Amino acid sequence: MNTVTARVWALALILLGLAITAYKAYELGLPITPEQNTDVWTVQAQVSFEGKGKPAKLSLFIPENTPGFMLLDEYFISSRYGLTIAKTHENRRADWAIRRARGMQTLYYRISVARSNLKVDWKTKPDFPDPPDYPEPYASAIKAIIDDVREESADVESYTLELLKQLNSSAPDENVELIRHKATSSGQWTNEIINVLKGVRIPARIIWGIDITDSANNISLRPLLQVHNGDNWLTFNPETGREGIPADFLVWKVGDKSVSALNSGNDLDVKFSVTRTYAELIDVARQGAAKRESFFFEFSLLSLPVQNQITYQLLLMLPLGALLVVFLRTIIGLKTFGTFMPILIAMAFRETQLFWGIIMFSMIVSIGLMIRFYLEKLFLLLIPRLASVLVIVVILMLLISLITNQLGIERLLSISLFPMVILAMTIERMSITWEENGAREAILQGIGSLFVACIGYVVMVNENLMYLIFVFPELLLVVLGLCLWMGGYTGYRLTELVRFKGMLGTETK
Amino acid sequence: MRFFATPRELRERGVLGMNQRNADYIMRYNPRRLYPLVDNKLETKKLALESGIAVPELYGVVAIEHQVQEMASILADHQALVIKPAHGSGGNGILVIDSRMGKFFRKANGSLLSIEAIQHHTSNILSGMYSLGGLPDKAILEYRVDFDPMFERISYQGVPDIRIIVFKGIPAAAMTRLPTSDSDGKANLHQGAVGLGINIATGETTNAVHHNHLVDQHPDTGYATSGIVIPHWDNILRLAIQCADTVGLGYLGVDIVIDRKLGPLMLELNARPGLTIQLANGQGLLSKLQKIEAHPHLPTEMDARIEFAKGLQKPADSNYSS
Repeated sequence: MNTVTARVWALALILLGLAITAYKAYELGLPITPEQNTDVWTVQAQVSFEGKGKPAKLSLFIPENTPGFMLLDEYFISSRYGLTIAKTHENRRADWAIRRARGMQTLYYRISVARSNLKVDWKTKPDFPDPPDYPEPYASAIKAIIDDVREESADVESYTLELLKQLNSSAPDENVELIRHKATSSGQWTNEIINVLKGVRIPARIIWGIDITDSANNISLRPLLQVHNGDNWLTFNPETGREGIPADFLVWKVGDKSVSALNSGNDLDVKFSVTRTYAELIDVARQGAAKRESFFFEFSLLSLPVQNQITYQLLLMLPLGALLVVFLRTIIGLKTFGTFMPILIAMAFRETQLFWGIIMFSMIVSIGLMIRFYLEKLFLLLIPRLASVLVIVVILMLLISLITNQLGIERLLSISLFPMVILAMTIERMSITWEENGAREAILQGIGSLFVACIGYVVMVNENLMYLIFVFPELLLVVLGLCLWMGGYTGYRLTELVRFKGMLGTETK
Repeated sequence: MRFFATPRELRERGVLGMNQRNADYIMRYNPRRLYPLVDNKLETKKLALESGIAVPELYGVVAIEHQVQEMASILADHQALVIKPAHGSGGNGILVIDSRMGKFFRKANGSLLSIEAIQHHTSNILSGMYSLGGLPDKAILEYRVDFDPMFERISYQGVPDIRIIVFKGIPAAAMTRLPTSDSDGKANLHQGAVGLGINIATGETTNAVHHNHLVDQHPDTGYATSGIVIPHWDNILRLAIQCADTVGLGYLGVDIVIDRKLGPLMLELNARPGLTIQLANGQGLLSKLQKIEAHPHLPTEMDARIEFAKGLQKPADSNYSS
């Protein structure tokens, strides 16, 4: 009955942990392996103008909603300027101000972005526009087009598609020709389309962005058309009619306002450039975490300060170590000194690396044991003797550090984390086992402990596991579930298959 | 011989594993609150004396460091005695003094100890070196059993004892543990004592196990280990059942010694008896435990219980059908 309850708990915890992990991995797009490199793009806007020696105010629209990309970081390089960031419901704007701007002024805005499959959308809901009074001859041309398109469409989406098809037709009629002549740039062209859409009261707007394909300088913003279908903003290429935001398109601003404005000065110029860098996905996930609006991200370890994250990365490996001990003791049946002592040793191995760690451990324990055997002859009380062993362990570590420093082996300098108390206790327990159960048993248990520590080390330095448990700490529920499950395991331990092989003896003899 | 047995083979032979022993028997039948009664040998002794269970006579208790200096007077009164921790486990920390040799005390293995060495050992006991969890402990000084002459021939020094596992008041398995030279006179299988399985029905030894290997003779004395008839067998079973009834643990290991003059004496109780008894008997525990568990009306009368226990034992020969 109790076992069944434990199993139910175990199963529930494991499923819950896996479900949350799966949700985060597939719905929120958190990568499940750490070492995939991902492209990180740094987009720079360079704003320059000629100051007149008077107070100057400069504004620059900067990205806010960026479907298909996540914002990792942004910097403002504008030494003596005061900076405020204004947020409207669709855009963000950096406002720089300075008391005296003389000569050539250059300011930079840099943003790092990475691709992401997170869903980002504009929540703004526009009003329906009133049909404008078009002047002739445009009024009749537009009316003709509108009527024509309406024939062949069912909703906002199909209407827009059909309209774009007609307006961009390679064999345009005279009505289309008339409107086309008005527009000399794709921005104007988009606005003409928006104007036509007003005639049928479809809310539409222009968005500007940058194509991010490769490192490039002097890129200009290009427009896309968006129409609102009552629920969402649908995006179209105003020239080809292609629907959707292209994968490489980084949305920079919404609306037709100029990307940069200056109240006093000459030759305002904005240049965009893109550079490509690489970053590990974990860093991307870490940097992106703060920017995402999800319950799971707000409570994510990724939102902690970086130095705390490193502590937690270590801390979170402990349950894995404990799980390993449970497995090795309950299922395999290994014997160790102390239950979790090997795991603490394994944590120490992380600092020293395995090879030096084992040498270190063996050296300290064997020298410590020899001294401990001598202490036995002095008839000391337990606690003072334990303390003496501890002091000796520290002295040994000191000596080893000094000697290896002289020899130029830097690895062993990093043993500060080596758990001295644990080592002292190990020496004490080992010497008692040695005396009472013989050298064989003591050495066997010592090797068993070292073996578990080695496996623990291999598990705990595994980058994939470290990453997984850090980004998906709900996996701890799975670990807990597995512990509960093994807690109900009443089968034979692997070592018992050897221990009890004598039970077969009477028949196989 | 193979290097290992398959789980299936063990299951067929009704072998009880450590995990199952812990989960299905110790945790289920041994309430934790009763543990102090068996973990503290002083408590066990008190309880046994109240219930009229035969135990070795208590000479004295050393409870605080100060009393270690006064031990000499107790030591002076007795030629032979045993010093052991009240909370010891697995026979650790037990010092057996067989006789005197001038100023020195002679251990079971013949080596000599000074009074300082004995006092140091006692101090170690008090400081908790041998107790579970390293807690401060008391040292018990008690009668050294003058074991029955029948063991003299087969055993090597020390005190041989008899371990009986009593489950729900029914003796389920038994063995005798003989000290060897490598067990330092201790009847502890982990330390190298030989375990001889005992047929509960007849009180006769069957298999023998030494360091988890089957043997058929004592490693030191070379004496054949099967077919030895344990004296006072029914009294031993009776004593074991009495202990189980008194202490209230459902799954209990009772350790009994046979004194030359006093007969069977209860030495200590164990709430977590080991599993090697199965190897010593060449017979799994699980099948017997399950038979006892499944029985709807276990007998309550002492004699009926002994009969029931004897009935559970398969005829000795059937173990060895080759």
